[in-house]
Amino acid sequence: MMKFNIRLWICVATLLANAAMAGDLRIGMSADITSMDPHAVNITPNNNIGWHVFDALVHVDADARIAPGLAQSWRAVDDTTWEFKLRRNVKFHDGSPFTADDVLFSMDRAEKLPNGQYASFVQRLTDRRAVDPYTVRVKTATPYAMVPYDLNSIFIVSKKAAANASPEDFNNGKAMIGTGPFRFTRFARGDRVELAKNPTYWGGAPAWDKVIFRIIPNDPARIAALLSGDIDAIEAIPTPDLARIRADKRFRLAQKVSWRTIFFHMDQWRDVSPFVTDRSGKPLPKNPLKDVNVRLAISKAINRQAIVERLMENAAIPASNLVSPPVFGHVAAIKPEANDPEAAKQLLARAGYPDGFALTLHAPNNRYVNDDQIAQSVAQMLTRVGISTKVETMPINVYLPKARNGDFSFSMLGWGSFSGDLALRALLATPNADKGYGAWNWSRYANPAMDKLLDQGFATVDEKKREGIAREAAAIALKDQAVIPIHHQIAVWAMKANINYVARTDEYTFAHHMK
Amino acid sequence: MPGFLLQRLAQALLVIFIMSLLVFGGVYAIGDPMAMMIPPDATQADAARMAAALGLDQPLWRQYGVFLSQALHGNLGVSFAFHVPAVTLILERLPATLELAIAATLMAIIFGIPLGLYAGLRPNGFIGRSIMAGSILGFSLPTFWVGLIFILVFSVQLGWLPASGRGETVDVFGVPLSFLTADGLQHMLMPALNLALFKLALVTRLVRAGAREALSLDYVRFARAKGLTEARVIGAHVLRNILIPVVTVIGLEFGSLVAFAVVTETIFAWPGMGKLLIDSINVLDRPVVVAYLCVTVTLFVLINLAVDLAYAALDPRVRLGGEAR
Repeated sequence: MMKFNIRLWICVATLLANAAMAGDLRIGMSADITSMDPHAVNITPNNNIGWHVFDALVHVDADARIAPGLAQSWRAVDDTTWEFKLRRNVKFHDGSPFTADDVLFSMDRAEKLPNGQYASFVQRLTDRRAVDPYTVRVKTATPYAMVPYDLNSIFIVSKKAAANASPEDFNNGKAMIGTGPFRFTRFARGDRVELAKNPTYWGGAPAWDKVIFRIIPNDPARIAALLSGDIDAIEAIPTPDLARIRADKRFRLAQKVSWRTIFFHMDQWRDVSPFVTDRSGKPLPKNPLKDVNVRLAISKAINRQAIVERLMENAAIPASNLVSPPVFGHVAAIKPEANDPEAAKQLLARAGYPDGFALTLHAPNNRYVNDDQIAQSVAQMLTRVGISTKVETMPINVYLPKARNGDFSFSMLGWGSFSGDLALRALLATPNADKGYGAWNWSRYANPAMDKLLDQGFATVDEKKREGIAREAAAIALKDQAVIPIHHQIAVWAMKANINYVARTDEYTFAHHMK
Repeated sequence: MPGFLLQRLAQALLVIFIMSLLVFGGVYAIGDPMAMMIPPDATQADAARMAAALGLDQPLWRQYGVFLSQALHGNLGVSFAFHVPAVTLILERLPATLELAIAATLMAIIFGIPLGLYAGLRPNGFIGRSIMAGSILGFSLPTFWVGLIFILVFSVQLGWLPASGRGETVDVFGVPLSFLTADGLQHMLMPALNLALFKLALVTRLVRAGAREALSLDYVRFARAKGLTEARVIGAHVLRNILIPVVTVIGLEFGSLVAFAVVTETIFAWPGMGKLLIDSINVLDRPVVVAYLCVTVTLFVLINLAVDLAYAALDPRVRLGGEAR
């Protein structure tokens, strides 16, 4: 009887809620949204809102492949000139027409906004001009194939509304005028963002009159808000709750292999690495991580399937690459290294470490899904083949500065990138500040052959050819065991059973793709 | 009295100065804020440009110098993470936190004093013992656990109250307040109760102890001998005397409620100040951490001042500024 009553209450409450807010969608977001200004702070939650209110010239589809946005088409006129044909009859939310002027203004603003974090996406465009109101041409100093990719990160704002606008003008809505599927209504910092439908959106009007993004970073709170019917959909479901929601008929899950890869960097530059010793704790004459056999042994020692099944509750797939299968430049021919402890021991013996050695592994404990547990299990797996491994985990704000400083020998990182060559550029290209290579190459892996392929790929305008080159470059690094990939995460959303979501590789939560 | 106030002001400034030094050093010891700020696709040149724009490429002493000179001009810096003045961020969240803290404190007082008084007057009765047993629970159950149980029972199972967030607000002189709307009150009930539980237990026990002690003192016996009614003895004589420690404790606890209600705010996704502090520490947003603690120190100084003034009102023997020793 009691149970029946509770159900009745839930029914009544749901009915009331639905009656009161037909056409409303309330979404629980897992990370704080810090600014509405689309050219200020480049973090996923901000961009997520940006994609609702604004468009870019180039969009990205659910598989993280580039697709036409405000530019209907683009082509390389020659090696250093790109031409973008703009979509006609697109209107900003205030009714003014969208033209090439707005594009040029947005690029300028992104480049010049004090302390803006989007400048890198337009700095390579040395000359930007409007050929006519619906054609934009940009030039680069050297052949550069990534222009359409870079312009995916430049949101187009209205020149009229955003001239001289500060970030605060966007936060209070004054300059928050875009061409996107939703109009901006309100931003309450630390609490919510409210949007309203743009009925004349060029991509088709969205299904919702009103969308409320609630900021609920705490996992149990976000789940509770969904279970209690406070909100309709949430992103980033913690793995322990997956089974429970899957079993609940009131809800539905949407999931897709994410572009985020969890892997380990290994010190390949120092002859004596700070956290690698022999088993008794004495320093080794040379750094074993520099030996490809040792790195292969480490890879073989890891049971990726076990991590995926037991720790990640299958919300991940074993990784062999830096980018996940749907992403540009993934090398399908390279399979995840099979778990083979015996072979690992033999490789270690052949490399001159029959008794193994000792290692301290570093990882964050509040950044990636189950990061500290992954670190613990990898350590146990390595210890089993003779590499006696200790684990040190720390909060990301302590971890990241140290890792960037090169303080660690063996350290975890998670990475999402919409192409394999971009991932290689940041993670494994020989560090070179002039070229912007290797900014996150904690391993200091250096392979001139791969660098050369990257140079060549970024200068190759033809996408097909470039993908071939990107795969070749990735294969070189992966055969060198330059990093140890563990898994690609699967991004999971949960929503009421009557809502559908086309899950995205880039982990964005788009209200206009919920129906 | 003015001398007393001046002295307090000087103390406050000194504390703020020392605190700002500690925070600067502390954040520096954790790590370079740049590491948390640069987007993954930024190149080394981008990182260098950002560091220069924020002055983070300067040595620490110079960064501190810049902070001090700006602070003297009333500018506590711009948040690294929000690109908005740190003080704006804090003031914007102050109303949400204040209303939660006031609601919790009111609950603690309104329920705590009568319960404590009852338990003090009838220490051996069943109800008196039950109250004391209950207060132990209030003390010892961890806030986050109680909060989650509240959500589980009242939102997920019963569906009576919203699970999280702040309700509808009404602007009063430009300050958004949520306790004036039904929706706002519904949203506030659980987090306020969650926050109040510990204070409630504290007040109950304080009042009980005070009442038991006071009841055996001469002035109470004298009042009774004079033939005063029980209500007058308790209400006018006992209560007034036990209120002094209660006021001190409530004052201090109120300060910590405002500044450090982090756990409750996090569990209930309440957009308050406590959460701002933790979030800012997590991304090494130094200007916000420094400004936050400056505001907090000021707040504590003000509360202590209010407590001292309340003493003087409650107890005629207390004179401020040492005029009558």
